[in-house]
Amino acid sequence: MIKQSRVWGMIGWVAAVFFFLPVAWMVLTSLHSEADAATNPPSLAAGLTFDGYTEFFNSDAWPPLINSFSASIGSTIIVLLLAIPAAYALSIKKVDKWTDVLFFFLSTKMMPVVAALLPIYLVAQYTGLLDNISFLMVLYTSMNLPIAVWLMRSFLSEVPKEILEAASIDGAGLITILRRVVAPIAMPGIAATALICFIFSWNELLFARVLTGVVATTAPVYLTGFVTSQGLFLAKVCAAATVVSLPVLIAGFAAQDKLVQGLSLGAVK
Amino acid sequence: MAVLTRERPTTDRPPPVPRKATDRWARRAPLLPALLFLIIITQLPFIATLVISFMKWNSLDPGGRGFAGFDNYVNVFTDPDLRSSVVNTVVLTASVVLISLVLGLGLALVLDKKFRGRGLVRTMLIAPFLVVPVAAALIWKHALYNPEYGLLNGILNWLGGPQPDWISSMPMTAVVASLVWQWTPFMMLILLAGLQSRPVEPVEAARIDGASPFQIFRYLTFPHLRQYLELGGLLGSIYIVQNFDAVFTITSGGLGTANLPYMIYQTFYQAHEYGEASAAGVIVVAGSIIIATFALRVVSSLFRDEAKS
Repeated sequence: MIKQSRVWGMIGWVAAVFFFLPVAWMVLTSLHSEADAATNPPSLAAGLTFDGYTEFFNSDAWPPLINSFSASIGSTIIVLLLAIPAAYALSIKKVDKWTDVLFFFLSTKMMPVVAALLPIYLVAQYTGLLDNISFLMVLYTSMNLPIAVWLMRSFLSEVPKEILEAASIDGAGLITILRRVVAPIAMPGIAATALICFIFSWNELLFARVLTGVVATTAPVYLTGFVTSQGLFLAKVCAAATVVSLPVLIAGFAAQDKLVQGLSLGAVK
Repeated sequence: MAVLTRERPTTDRPPPVPRKATDRWARRAPLLPALLFLIIITQLPFIATLVISFMKWNSLDPGGRGFAGFDNYVNVFTDPDLRSSVVNTVVLTASVVLISLVLGLGLALVLDKKFRGRGLVRTMLIAPFLVVPVAAALIWKHALYNPEYGLLNGILNWLGGPQPDWISSMPMTAVVASLVWQWTPFMMLILLAGLQSRPVEPVEAARIDGASPFQIFRYLTFPHLRQYLELGGLLGSIYIVQNFDAVFTITSGGLGTANLPYMIYQTFYQAHEYGEASAAGVIVVAGSIIIATFALRVVSSLFRDEAKS
């Protein structure tokens, strides 16, 4: 028995090292000087430096990072404001045909965004909202809303019915019930939902690439342009990729337990 | 596991009393903002795309705008580039989904066992999924595949192997490999959740009756995992059919790797052929509806199981 668990452990560790290698390599290369980064065979033991990071932040990296933060955080807040009441109406005080509504939400997530790209671009152009971060915020909200509704619904249905009934007998209105009763119990679920919505918005490239240009560029768009405009400096590219991935890595590991539930739109616990 | 209560007819409950209209609207009120928002932002553009797909419309030639009938669709299906992008989309999606499902299943089976450092192994295995997709594509392109100083050729150099130019000699495989790396953790997480929700007693009983590990997997674990495999496969397909980042970054759609999303992006963004881009969009939607129908069926079967438990 002991021997068997050792074999599984070996396989697990080999796989983990194999899958983690590109991430480790990205971080290691980001800490090398450009000369050490571009050698063959690779120089593993070369001295470490923060030059890549310094250069990245010195090349106008802050505006795109701030844009990404405002688009992601802004849309996440709107998503929660819309999704929590909706989930309430789909779990605690259910509307008629609530399953149909839930599946409508899910089906919108299954439509390819690329097919909606042109009309959205034309609307942005017509209303003068091209290269505007609030327009992206609205789009990211619609992208994440179905996920958030499904997730929040499954978290809210864990709130005990008795407490809710007691609160409404005491005369609490919808807002009060949501704020005072539901939110505290569902807080871990709300946090996980927020983190997952944040990740999806932060990662988004296609909309940002088509709809932003100069002012409202997000971090992923900046990354793609970074390579073409800077020539190729491997250490700097790795530093940039590390910095841009860092918020997602942090959010992802923080939401690790709820990650599957979020990615499978609440279908798997 | 959470228990869902469903307000569906159960025998010991009186039939639902028809609610008053005011009560129905009071219940609907919290739902409406989200619902309206989503209908406006996600449904109207598809209708617009459908309309534009029947129009002759190149933004560089505003005077030439008019009705085109099915011309755009004929163009999409006869243009060799667009046709090959349809094939590429299918090849890319199918290979990434299948390979990452198989790898994910293997890893989930390993992580289902107890061994030292399992938590850390799990965390390390999730990491690829948490690298921003564009960043991942950039790292694969420049830090791994680069023929002169990429890590792959570096390792081959240590081993005394050849020094291939990965992206130009096998462009599609290069894109697929980077996506498999990102999506295997996703499949693993879904399948692991499936494995851990499997009832213990039948497995114990089978083991006592002398069933081999393979028999247990074949007749007990696999049937239970089936709907999780389906779910992973379908959700993976839905996300990967739409993949833009990897194709855009690793090959820029060159070397015969352009998929439909990339092609649509290019047709509309660079060639300004609005009508054709929309027709291609409608085709992607049609394909997605087929996948989505199956996906929704799987999700609703999981949903019902959950409601029963």
